[in-house]
Amino acid sequence: MASSNFERFLKSKSAGFILPLIATILLFALWELAVIIFKIPEFNLPSPTNILKAGIEFAPQLLANSIRTLWTTLLGFFLAVIVGVILGFFIGYSKFAYLTLYPLLVAFNTIPKAAIVPLFAIWFGANAIPATLTAFLLAFFPIAVNVALGLETVEPEMKDVLQSLGASQVETFQKVGWPHTLPYIFASLKIAASFAFIGTVISESVASNAGLGYLIVQATSDFNIPLAFAALIVLAIMGVILYGFFIYLEKKVIYWAR
Amino acid sequence: MVQPTTGSATSASQTLDTSPLLEFDKVGLEYPFEGSMRRIIDEVSLSIKPGEFVSFVGPSGCGKTSILRMVSGLSPAPLGEIRYRGKPITKPLNNVGIAFQNPVMLPWRNTIDNVMLPLEIVQPYKGQFRQKKAEFVHMAQDLLATVRLQDFQKQYPWQLSGGMRQRASLCRSLIHQPEILLLDEPFGALDAFTREEMWSMLQALWMRVKCVSILITHDLREAVFLSDRVFVMGPRPSSIIYEEQISLPRPRTLEMELSDEFNHYFSNIRRHIHHN
Repeated sequence: MASSNFERFLKSKSAGFILPLIATILLFALWELAVIIFKIPEFNLPSPTNILKAGIEFAPQLLANSIRTLWTTLLGFFLAVIVGVILGFFIGYSKFAYLTLYPLLVAFNTIPKAAIVPLFAIWFGANAIPATLTAFLLAFFPIAVNVALGLETVEPEMKDVLQSLGASQVETFQKVGWPHTLPYIFASLKIAASFAFIGTVISESVASNAGLGYLIVQATSDFNIPLAFAALIVLAIMGVILYGFFIYLEKKVIYWAR
Repeated sequence: MVQPTTGSATSASQTLDTSPLLEFDKVGLEYPFEGSMRRIIDEVSLSIKPGEFVSFVGPSGCGKTSILRMVSGLSPAPLGEIRYRGKPITKPLNNVGIAFQNPVMLPWRNTIDNVMLPLEIVQPYKGQFRQKKAEFVHMAQDLLATVRLQDFQKQYPWQLSGGMRQRASLCRSLIHQPEILLLDEPFGALDAFTREEMWSMLQALWMRVKCVSILITHDLREAVFLSDRVFVMGPRPSSIIYEEQISLPRPRTLEMELSDEFNHYFSNIRRHIHHN
Protein backbone atom coordinates (compact mmCIF):
# COMPACT_ATOMS: atom_id res chain seq x y z
CA MET A 1 0.00 0.00 0.00
CA ALA A 2 2.74 2.39 1.04
CA SER A 3 4.69 1.71 -2.12
CA SER A 4 1.71 2.43 -4.37
CA ASN A 5 1.21 5.74 -2.57
CA PHE A 6 4.83 6.54 -3.19
CA GLU A 7 4.46 5.68 -6.89
CA ARG A 8 1.49 8.00 -7.08
CA PHE A 9 3.50 10.75 -5.39
CA LEU A 10 6.32 10.30 -7.96
CA LYS A 11 3.82 10.82 -10.76
CA SER A 12 2.31 13.92 -9.13
CA LYS A 13 3.27 17.45 -10.12
CA SER A 14 4.42 18.50 -6.65
CA ALA A 15 7.07 15.75 -6.56
CA GLY A 16 9.08 17.75 -9.10
CA PHE A 17 9.40 20.56 -6.55
CA ILE A 18 9.41 18.74 -3.24
CA LEU A 19 12.09 16.16 -4.03
CA PRO A 20 14.76 18.59 -5.30
CA LEU A 21 13.96 20.89 -2.36
CA ILE A 22 14.52 18.06 0.13
CA ALA A 23 17.73 17.07 -1.68
CA THR A 24 19.02 20.66 -1.53
CA ILE A 25 18.21 21.00 2.18
CA LEU A 26 19.87 17.65 2.90
CA LEU A 27 22.96 18.66 0.93
CA PHE A 28 23.33 21.89 2.89
CA ALA A 29 22.70 20.10 6.19
CA LEU A 30 25.40 17.50 5.42
CA TRP A 31 27.72 20.28 4.32
CA GLU A 32 27.14 22.19 7.58
CA LEU A 33 27.70 19.01 9.62
CA ALA A 34 30.87 18.12 7.72
CA VAL A 35 32.31 21.57 8.30
CA ILE A 36 31.56 21.31 12.06
CA ILE A 37 32.67 17.69 12.53
CA PHE A 38 35.89 17.89 10.53
CA LYS A 39 36.63 21.43 11.74
CA ILE A 40 37.20 22.64 8.16
CA PRO A 41 38.53 26.22 8.29
CA GLU A 42 36.31 28.84 6.68
CA PHE A 43 39.23 29.70 4.42
CA ASN A 44 38.93 26.29 2.71
CA LEU A 45 35.22 25.59 2.82
CA PRO A 46 32.83 27.97 4.53
CA SER A 47 29.69 26.49 6.08
CA PRO A 48 26.31 27.25 4.50
CA THR A 49 25.37 29.46 7.47
CA ASN A 50 28.53 31.52 6.97
CA ILE A 51 27.78 31.78 3.26
CA LEU A 52 24.28 32.97 4.11
CA LYS A 53 25.72 35.54 6.56
CA ALA A 54 28.10 36.81 3.87
CA GLY A 55 25.22 36.90 1.43
CA ILE A 56 23.19 39.12 3.74
CA GLU A 57 26.15 41.30 4.64
CA PHE A 58 27.16 41.88 1.01
CA ALA A 59 23.63 41.85 -0.39
CA PRO A 60 23.94 45.20 -2.24
CA GLN A 61 27.15 44.12 -4.04
CA LEU A 62 25.69 40.71 -4.86
CA LEU A 63 22.54 42.29 -6.24
CA ALA A 64 24.34 44.87 -8.39
CA ASN A 65 26.75 42.31 -9.84
CA SER A 66 24.00 39.73 -10.40
CA ILE A 67 22.04 42.23 -12.42
CA ARG A 68 25.11 42.97 -14.50
CA THR A 69 25.76 39.27 -15.11
CA LEU A 70 22.10 38.64 -15.86
CA TRP A 71 21.70 41.31 -18.51
CA THR A 72 25.00 40.61 -20.25
CA THR A 73 24.09 36.91 -20.33
CA LEU A 74 20.60 37.59 -21.63
CA LEU A 75 21.87 40.02 -24.25
CA GLY A 76 24.52 37.56 -25.45
CA PHE A 77 21.95 34.79 -25.39
CA PHE A 78 19.43 36.85 -27.33
CA LEU A 79 22.02 37.59 -30.03
CA ALA A 80 22.91 33.90 -30.07
CA VAL A 81 19.28 32.92 -30.67
CA ILE A 82 18.96 35.29 -33.62
CA VAL A 83 22.28 34.40 -35.23
CA GLY A 84 21.94 30.71 -34.37
CA VAL A 85 18.48 30.38 -35.92
CA ILE A 86 19.50 32.22 -39.10
CA LEU A 87 22.74 30.24 -39.47
CA GLY A 88 20.97 26.98 -38.72
CA PHE A 89 18.34 27.84 -41.29
CA PHE A 90 20.99 28.32 -43.98
CA ILE A 91 22.94 25.22 -43.03
CA GLY A 92 19.79 23.14 -42.89
CA TYR A 93 18.32 24.31 -46.17
CA SER A 94 21.31 24.98 -48.39
CA LYS A 95 23.82 22.32 -49.28
CA PHE A 96 26.18 25.09 -50.35
CA ALA A 97 25.99 26.85 -46.98
CA TYR A 98 26.35 23.50 -45.20
CA LEU A 99 29.52 22.56 -47.07
CA THR A 100 30.99 26.05 -46.77
CA LEU A 101 30.11 27.04 -43.23
CA TYR A 102 29.81 23.86 -41.19
CA PRO A 103 33.53 22.98 -41.03
CA LEU A 104 34.32 26.58 -40.09
CA LEU A 105 31.72 26.53 -37.34
CA VAL A 106 33.05 23.27 -35.93
CA ALA A 107 36.61 24.58 -36.00
CA PHE A 108 35.56 27.80 -34.34
CA ASN A 109 33.57 25.98 -31.69
CA THR A 110 36.59 23.91 -30.63
CA ILE A 111 38.55 27.05 -29.71
CA PRO A 112 38.41 27.41 -25.92
CA LYS A 113 36.53 30.67 -25.45
CA ALA A 114 38.57 31.60 -22.38
CA ALA A 115 41.50 32.03 -24.77
CA ILE A 116 39.65 34.72 -26.73
CA VAL A 117 38.58 36.85 -23.77
CA PRO A 118 41.97 38.65 -23.38
CA LEU A 119 41.73 39.65 -27.05
CA PHE A 120 38.24 41.00 -26.49
CA ALA A 121 39.52 42.96 -23.52
CA ILE A 122 42.20 44.55 -25.69
CA TRP A 123 39.68 45.40 -28.42
CA PHE A 124 36.75 46.54 -26.30
CA GLY A 125 38.20 47.24 -22.85
CA ALA A 126 37.33 45.67 -19.49
CA ASN A 127 33.58 46.21 -19.59
CA ALA A 128 30.36 44.44 -20.45
CA ILE A 129 31.18 43.91 -24.15
CA PRO A 130 33.63 41.00 -23.77
CA ALA A 131 31.18 39.25 -21.44
CA THR A 132 28.27 39.67 -23.84
CA LEU A 133 30.37 38.47 -26.76
CA THR A 134 31.67 35.43 -24.90
CA ALA A 135 28.15 34.50 -23.84
CA PHE A 136 27.06 34.85 -27.45
CA LEU A 137 29.95 32.78 -28.81
CA LEU A 138 29.31 29.89 -26.45
CA ALA A 139 25.55 29.91 -26.96
CA PHE A 140 25.01 30.27 -30.69
CA PHE A 141 26.62 27.01 -31.79
CA PRO A 142 24.21 24.53 -30.17
CA ILE A 143 21.28 26.61 -31.44
CA ALA A 144 22.57 26.68 -35.03
CA VAL A 145 23.29 22.94 -35.03
CA ASN A 146 19.86 22.10 -33.62
CA VAL A 147 17.98 24.31 -36.05
CA ALA A 148 19.84 22.68 -38.95
CA LEU A 149 19.13 19.23 -37.50
CA GLY A 150 15.44 20.06 -37.10
CA LEU A 151 15.14 21.13 -40.72
CA GLU A 152 17.01 18.07 -41.96
CA THR A 153 14.84 15.61 -40.05
CA VAL A 154 11.50 16.53 -41.65
CA GLU A 155 10.09 13.22 -42.97
CA PRO A 156 10.77 12.85 -46.70
CA GLU A 157 7.14 11.80 -47.21
CA MET A 158 5.98 15.09 -45.70
CA LYS A 159 8.28 17.02 -48.03
CA ASP A 160 6.85 15.02 -50.95
CA VAL A 161 3.29 15.79 -49.88
CA LEU A 162 4.06 19.52 -49.75
CA GLN A 163 6.02 19.50 -53.00
CA SER A 164 3.31 17.59 -54.85
CA LEU A 165 0.83 20.24 -53.77
CA GLY A 166 3.06 22.83 -55.40
CA ALA A 167 4.12 24.46 -52.13
CA SER A 168 6.88 27.06 -52.37
CA GLN A 169 10.05 26.85 -50.27
CA VAL A 170 8.67 29.56 -47.99
CA GLU A 171 5.38 27.72 -47.55
CA THR A 172 7.18 24.47 -46.81
CA PHE A 173 9.24 26.23 -44.15
CA GLN A 174 6.22 27.96 -42.67
CA LYS A 175 3.89 24.94 -42.59
CA VAL A 176 6.36 22.16 -41.83
CA GLY A 177 10.02 23.15 -41.41
CA TRP A 178 9.63 25.76 -38.69
CA PRO A 179 7.14 23.97 -36.42
CA HIS A 180 9.08 20.73 -36.86
CA THR A 181 12.24 22.54 -35.77
CA LEU A 182 10.73 24.13 -32.64
CA PRO A 183 11.32 21.13 -30.34
CA TYR A 184 14.95 21.07 -31.47
CA ILE A 185 15.24 24.81 -30.83
CA PHE A 186 13.86 24.47 -27.31
CA ALA A 187 16.20 21.58 -26.55
CA SER A 188 19.10 23.80 -27.65
CA LEU A 189 17.87 26.89 -25.78
CA LYS A 190 18.13 25.09 -22.45
CA ILE A 191 21.73 24.12 -23.18
CA ALA A 192 22.56 27.48 -24.71
CA ALA A 193 21.24 29.40 -21.67
CA SER A 194 23.64 27.56 -19.36
CA PHE A 195 26.44 28.06 -21.89
CA ALA A 196 25.73 31.80 -22.01
CA PHE A 197 26.12 32.00 -18.21
CA ILE A 198 29.40 30.13 -18.41
CA GLY A 199 30.61 32.50 -21.13
CA THR A 200 29.70 35.61 -19.17
CA VAL A 201 31.34 34.40 -15.97
CA ILE A 202 34.53 33.28 -17.75
CA SER A 203 34.81 36.67 -19.33
CA GLU A 204 33.99 38.56 -16.14
CA SER A 205 36.64 36.70 -14.20
CA VAL A 206 39.31 37.41 -16.83
CA ALA A 207 38.52 40.92 -17.99
CA SER A 208 35.74 42.99 -16.52
CA ASN A 209 34.82 45.71 -14.09
CA ALA A 210 31.68 44.13 -12.68
CA GLY A 211 29.56 40.97 -12.62
CA LEU A 212 29.46 37.87 -10.48
CA GLY A 213 32.61 36.43 -12.10
CA TYR A 214 34.41 39.65 -11.27
CA LEU A 215 33.01 39.56 -7.71
CA ILE A 216 34.22 35.97 -7.21
CA VAL A 217 37.75 36.87 -8.32
CA GLN A 218 37.76 39.96 -6.10
CA ALA A 219 36.37 38.07 -3.12
CA THR A 220 38.93 35.25 -3.38
CA SER A 221 41.81 37.69 -3.66
CA ASP A 222 40.48 39.35 -0.47
CA PHE A 223 40.28 35.84 1.11
CA ASN A 224 36.54 36.46 1.51
CA ILE A 225 35.66 32.87 0.61
CA PRO A 226 32.09 32.98 2.02
CA LEU A 227 31.27 35.85 -0.36
CA ALA A 228 32.74 33.92 -3.33
CA PHE A 229 30.51 30.98 -2.42
CA ALA A 230 27.50 33.26 -2.01
CA ALA A 231 28.13 34.57 -5.54
CA LEU A 232 28.41 30.98 -6.85
CA ILE A 233 25.09 30.08 -5.27
CA VAL A 234 23.42 33.15 -6.77
CA LEU A 235 24.77 32.02 -10.17
CA ALA A 236 23.32 28.55 -9.69
CA ILE A 237 19.94 29.99 -8.72
CA MET A 238 19.86 32.27 -11.78
CA GLY A 239 20.79 29.33 -14.02
CA VAL A 240 18.02 27.14 -12.59
CA ILE A 241 15.44 29.93 -12.92
CA LEU A 242 16.35 30.55 -16.56
CA TYR A 243 16.26 26.80 -17.27
CA GLY A 244 12.88 26.55 -15.57
CA PHE A 245 11.60 29.45 -17.60
CA PHE A 246 12.50 27.66 -20.84
CA ILE A 247 10.86 24.45 -19.68
CA TYR A 248 7.72 26.45 -18.92
CA LEU A 249 7.86 28.17 -22.31
CA GLU A 250 8.49 24.86 -24.04
CA LYS A 251 5.40 23.30 -22.46
CA LYS A 252 3.30 26.29 -23.53
CA VAL A 253 4.60 26.60 -27.09
CA ILE A 254 5.14 22.99 -28.15
CA TYR A 255 2.46 21.29 -26.08
CA TRP A 256 2.02 18.90 -29.01
CA ALA A 257 5.57 17.50 -28.90
CA ARG A 258 5.87 14.15 -27.15
CA MET B 1 -24.54 12.70 -45.95
CA VAL B 2 -23.69 15.71 -48.04
CA GLN B 3 -22.86 15.08 -51.66
CA PRO B 4 -19.37 15.67 -53.06
CA THR B 5 -18.54 19.33 -52.83
CA THR B 6 -16.67 19.27 -56.12
CA GLY B 7 -16.97 21.84 -58.81
CA SER B 8 -19.48 19.80 -60.82
CA ALA B 9 -18.36 21.50 -64.04
CA THR B 10 -14.99 19.77 -64.06
CA SER B 11 -16.35 16.30 -63.25
CA ALA B 12 -18.97 16.63 -65.99
CA SER B 13 -16.37 17.51 -68.59
CA GLN B 14 -14.25 14.60 -67.35
CA THR B 15 -16.97 12.06 -67.96
CA LEU B 16 -17.50 13.35 -71.49
CA ASP B 17 -13.78 13.29 -72.14
CA THR B 18 -12.75 9.77 -73.18
CA SER B 19 -9.21 10.63 -74.22
CA PRO B 20 -6.58 9.30 -71.83
CA LEU B 21 -5.73 11.50 -68.85
CA LEU B 22 -2.33 9.90 -68.43
CA GLU B 23 -0.18 8.32 -71.12
CA PHE B 24 3.01 6.40 -70.45
CA ASP B 25 5.19 6.43 -73.54
CA LYS B 26 8.15 4.02 -73.37
CA VAL B 27 8.86 5.05 -69.79
CA GLY B 28 12.15 3.66 -68.52
CA LEU B 29 14.45 4.05 -65.55
CA GLU B 30 18.10 3.28 -64.98
CA TYR B 31 20.50 3.78 -62.08
CA PRO B 32 24.26 4.04 -62.11
CA PHE B 33 25.60 0.89 -60.51
CA GLU B 34 29.28 -0.12 -60.27
CA GLY B 35 30.31 2.16 -63.07
CA SER B 36 27.61 1.24 -65.54
CA MET B 37 23.93 2.04 -65.89
CA ARG B 38 21.63 -0.64 -64.60
CA ARG B 39 18.20 -0.73 -66.13
CA ILE B 40 15.42 -0.88 -63.54
CA ILE B 41 12.37 -0.29 -65.69
CA ASP B 42 12.76 -1.46 -69.27
CA GLU B 43 9.79 0.06 -71.02
CA VAL B 44 6.30 0.82 -69.84
CA SER B 45 3.66 2.08 -72.24
CA LEU B 46 0.04 2.36 -71.22
CA SER B 47 -2.71 4.88 -70.88
CA ILE B 48 -5.18 5.64 -68.11
CA LYS B 49 -8.64 7.07 -68.73
CA PRO B 50 -10.21 9.76 -66.53
CA GLY B 51 -11.78 8.31 -63.42
CA GLU B 52 -10.01 4.97 -63.71
CA PHE B 53 -8.60 3.10 -60.71
CA VAL B 54 -5.48 1.15 -61.63
CA SER B 55 -3.02 -0.88 -59.59
CA PHE B 56 0.57 -1.88 -60.16
CA VAL B 57 1.67 -5.15 -58.61
CA GLY B 58 4.96 -6.95 -58.97
CA PRO B 59 8.04 -8.19 -57.12
CA SER B 60 9.82 -5.75 -54.86
CA GLY B 61 12.50 -3.68 -56.53
CA CYS B 62 10.74 -3.65 -59.90
CA GLY B 63 10.34 0.14 -59.80
CA LYS B 64 6.69 0.46 -58.77
CA THR B 65 7.32 3.35 -56.40
CA SER B 66 9.49 5.05 -59.04
CA ILE B 67 6.48 5.01 -61.37
CA LEU B 68 4.46 6.93 -58.78
CA ARG B 69 7.22 9.47 -58.34
CA MET B 70 7.36 9.95 -62.10
CA VAL B 71 3.62 10.49 -62.39
CA SER B 72 3.61 12.98 -59.50
CA GLY B 73 6.44 14.84 -61.19
CA LEU B 74 8.53 14.64 -58.01
CA SER B 75 11.10 12.77 -60.12
CA PRO B 76 10.05 13.08 -63.77
CA ALA B 77 10.60 10.11 -66.09
CA PRO B 78 14.28 10.02 -67.14
CA LEU B 79 13.58 7.88 -70.22
CA GLY B 80 10.49 8.17 -72.37
CA GLU B 81 7.75 10.39 -71.08
CA ILE B 82 4.52 10.46 -69.14
CA ARG B 83 1.93 12.83 -70.56
CA TYR B 84 -0.81 14.41 -68.52
CA ARG B 85 -3.58 15.72 -70.79
CA GLY B 86 -1.11 15.49 -73.64
CA LYS B 87 1.66 17.49 -71.92
CA PRO B 88 4.83 15.78 -70.69
CA ILE B 89 5.23 15.81 -66.90
CA THR B 90 8.49 17.57 -66.08
CA LYS B 91 7.80 19.15 -62.70
CA PRO B 92 5.51 18.40 -59.73
CA LEU B 93 1.85 18.52 -60.76
CA ASN B 94 -0.07 20.37 -58.12
CA ASN B 95 -3.36 18.60 -58.59
CA VAL B 96 -2.33 15.22 -57.25
CA GLY B 97 -3.05 13.69 -53.90
CA ILE B 98 -0.49 11.35 -52.36
CA ALA B 99 -0.69 8.83 -49.53
CA PHE B 100 2.25 6.73 -48.42
CA GLN B 101 2.67 3.61 -46.31
CA ASN B 102 3.85 5.93 -43.55
CA PRO B 103 0.82 8.16 -42.90
CA VAL B 104 2.81 11.29 -42.12
CA MET B 105 0.75 13.84 -40.26
CA LEU B 106 1.82 17.12 -38.70
CA PRO B 107 1.96 16.49 -34.94
CA TRP B 108 1.14 20.11 -34.09
CA ARG B 109 -2.16 19.97 -35.94
CA ASN B 110 -5.27 18.09 -34.94
CA THR B 111 -6.95 15.72 -37.37
CA ILE B 112 -9.16 18.22 -39.14
CA ASP B 113 -6.39 20.79 -39.51
CA ASN B 114 -4.14 18.08 -40.93
CA VAL B 115 -6.80 17.15 -43.46
CA MET B 116 -7.22 20.81 -44.43
CA LEU B 117 -3.51 21.39 -45.08
CA PRO B 118 -3.75 21.12 -48.91
CA LEU B 119 -6.44 23.81 -48.96
CA GLU B 120 -3.92 26.25 -47.48
CA ILE B 121 -1.51 25.57 -50.35
CA VAL B 122 -3.39 24.70 -53.54
CA GLN B 123 -5.21 27.36 -55.57
CA PRO B 124 -8.03 28.34 -55.81
CA TYR B 125 -8.67 27.17 -52.22
CA LYS B 126 -5.63 29.02 -50.87
CA GLY B 127 -6.95 32.42 -51.97
CA GLN B 128 -10.40 31.71 -50.53
CA PHE B 129 -9.20 30.13 -47.31
CA ARG B 130 -10.26 32.98 -45.05
CA GLN B 131 -13.66 33.73 -46.58
CA LYS B 132 -14.69 30.13 -47.17
CA LYS B 133 -13.16 28.56 -44.08
CA ALA B 134 -16.53 27.34 -42.79
CA GLU B 135 -17.27 25.65 -46.08
CA PHE B 136 -13.83 24.03 -46.15
CA VAL B 137 -14.25 22.77 -42.59
CA HIS B 138 -17.49 21.21 -43.76
CA MET B 139 -15.73 19.52 -46.69
CA ALA B 140 -13.15 18.07 -44.32
CA GLN B 141 -15.80 16.91 -41.87
CA ASP B 142 -17.61 15.21 -44.74
CA LEU B 143 -14.53 13.29 -45.81
CA LEU B 144 -13.73 12.36 -42.22
CA ALA B 145 -17.27 11.06 -41.77
CA THR B 146 -16.82 8.83 -44.85
CA VAL B 147 -13.90 7.13 -43.10
CA ARG B 148 -15.74 7.20 -39.74
CA LEU B 149 -13.39 9.70 -38.11
CA GLN B 150 -16.07 12.32 -37.45
CA ASP B 151 -15.57 11.97 -33.69
CA PHE B 152 -11.80 12.41 -33.90
CA GLN B 153 -11.55 15.84 -35.54
CA LYS B 154 -9.93 17.53 -32.57
CA GLN B 155 -7.57 14.67 -31.73
CA TYR B 156 -3.86 14.99 -32.37
CA PRO B 157 -1.98 12.38 -34.42
CA TRP B 158 -0.47 10.67 -31.38
CA GLN B 159 -3.98 10.06 -30.08
CA LEU B 160 -4.92 8.09 -33.21
CA SER B 161 -4.13 4.47 -34.14
CA GLY B 162 -2.10 3.69 -37.25
CA GLY B 163 -5.23 2.84 -39.23
CA MET B 164 -6.92 6.06 -38.15
CA ARG B 165 -3.89 8.09 -39.19
CA GLN B 166 -3.92 6.40 -42.58
CA ARG B 167 -7.62 7.18 -43.00
CA ALA B 168 -6.95 10.82 -42.11
CA SER B 169 -4.06 10.95 -44.56
CA LEU B 170 -6.36 9.56 -47.30
CA CYS B 171 -8.79 12.38 -46.55
CA ARG B 172 -5.94 14.86 -46.76
CA SER B 173 -4.88 13.47 -50.13
CA LEU B 174 -8.40 13.96 -51.53
CA ILE B 175 -9.66 17.20 -49.97
CA HIS B 176 -8.38 19.48 -52.72
CA GLN B 177 -10.26 17.44 -55.37
CA PRO B 178 -7.13 16.18 -57.10
CA GLU B 179 -7.39 14.72 -60.57
CA ILE B 180 -4.87 12.04 -59.73
CA LEU B 181 -4.61 10.07 -56.49
CA LEU B 182 -1.34 8.27 -55.91
CA LEU B 183 -1.22 5.53 -53.28
CA ASP B 184 2.10 3.96 -52.38
CA GLU B 185 1.30 0.80 -50.42
CA PRO B 186 -0.96 2.83 -48.14
CA PHE B 187 -2.16 -0.17 -46.12
CA GLY B 188 1.09 -2.14 -46.09
CA ALA B 189 1.73 -1.53 -42.39
CA LEU B 190 -1.77 -2.38 -41.19
CA ASP B 191 -3.09 -5.70 -39.91
CA ALA B 192 -5.28 -7.82 -42.20
CA PHE B 193 -8.61 -6.86 -40.60
CA THR B 194 -7.90 -3.15 -40.60
CA ARG B 195 -6.67 -3.40 -44.16
CA GLU B 196 -9.93 -4.88 -45.46
CA GLU B 197 -11.85 -2.19 -43.63
CA MET B 198 -9.63 0.41 -45.30
CA TRP B 199 -10.38 -0.98 -48.76
CA SER B 200 -14.09 -0.28 -48.32
CA MET B 201 -13.39 3.17 -46.97
CA LEU B 202 -10.97 4.02 -49.76
CA GLN B 203 -13.55 2.80 -52.29
CA ALA B 204 -16.21 4.99 -50.67
CA LEU B 205 -13.90 8.01 -50.76
CA TRP B 206 -12.87 7.33 -54.33
CA MET B 207 -16.45 6.84 -55.53
CA ARG B 208 -17.22 10.32 -54.27
CA VAL B 209 -14.45 12.05 -56.20
CA LYS B 210 -13.88 9.55 -59.06
CA CYS B 211 -10.39 10.76 -59.81
CA VAL B 212 -7.71 8.70 -61.52
CA SER B 213 -6.14 6.53 -58.84
CA ILE B 214 -2.89 4.66 -59.06
CA LEU B 215 -2.28 2.14 -56.33
CA ILE B 216 1.04 0.43 -55.69
CA THR B 217 0.59 -2.70 -53.64
CA HIS B 218 1.95 -6.13 -52.76
CA ASP B 219 -1.48 -7.39 -51.87
CA LEU B 220 -3.15 -8.95 -54.91
CA ARG B 221 -6.56 -9.16 -53.23
CA GLU B 222 -6.33 -5.46 -52.49
CA ALA B 223 -5.52 -4.77 -56.14
CA VAL B 224 -8.48 -6.85 -57.35
CA PHE B 225 -10.87 -5.39 -54.80
CA LEU B 226 -10.09 -1.77 -55.60
CA SER B 227 -9.07 -1.60 -59.25
CA ASP B 228 -10.62 -1.29 -62.66
CA ARG B 229 -7.38 -2.54 -64.13
CA VAL B 230 -4.38 -4.31 -62.59
CA PHE B 231 -0.95 -4.13 -64.18
CA VAL B 232 1.56 -6.83 -63.32
CA MET B 233 5.19 -5.85 -63.57
CA GLY B 234 7.93 -8.40 -64.21
CA PRO B 235 11.29 -8.72 -62.49
CA ARG B 236 14.08 -6.23 -63.26
CA PRO B 237 14.44 -4.76 -65.83
CA SER B 238 10.69 -4.62 -65.59
CA SER B 239 7.87 -3.98 -67.95
CA ILE B 240 4.14 -4.65 -67.87
CA ILE B 241 3.88 -8.38 -68.41
CA TYR B 242 0.18 -8.78 -67.78
CA GLU B 243 -2.92 -6.66 -67.54
CA GLU B 244 -6.24 -7.69 -66.05
CA GLN B 245 -9.50 -5.80 -66.44
CA ILE B 246 -11.62 -6.19 -63.29
CA SER B 247 -15.29 -5.88 -64.11
CA LEU B 248 -16.77 -6.53 -60.66
CA PRO B 249 -19.69 -4.17 -60.02
CA ARG B 250 -19.25 -1.25 -57.61
CA PRO B 251 -19.53 -0.65 -54.78
CA ARG B 252 -17.64 -3.84 -54.13
CA THR B 253 -18.22 -5.62 -50.87
CA LEU B 254 -15.96 -7.81 -48.78
CA GLU B 255 -18.33 -10.75 -49.44
CA MET B 256 -17.38 -10.54 -53.13
CA GLU B 257 -13.92 -11.70 -52.11
CA LEU B 258 -15.39 -15.17 -51.73
CA SER B 259 -17.00 -15.19 -55.18
CA ASP B 260 -15.66 -17.29 -58.05
CA GLU B 261 -15.31 -14.21 -60.20
CA PHE B 262 -13.08 -12.52 -57.63
CA ASN B 263 -10.92 -15.62 -57.30
CA HIS B 264 -10.73 -16.00 -61.04
CA TYR B 265 -9.17 -12.52 -61.28
CA PHE B 266 -6.97 -13.22 -58.32
CA SER B 267 -5.54 -16.44 -59.70
CA ASN B 268 -5.04 -14.93 -63.17
CA ILE B 269 -2.89 -12.24 -61.64
CA ARG B 270 -1.18 -14.56 -59.18
CA ARG B 271 -0.03 -16.82 -62.03
CA HIS B 272 1.91 -13.94 -63.56
CA ILE B 273 3.85 -12.86 -60.50
CA HIS B 274 7.49 -13.86 -60.74
CA HIS B 275 9.83 -13.99 -57.84
CA ASN B 276 13.25 -12.45 -58.08
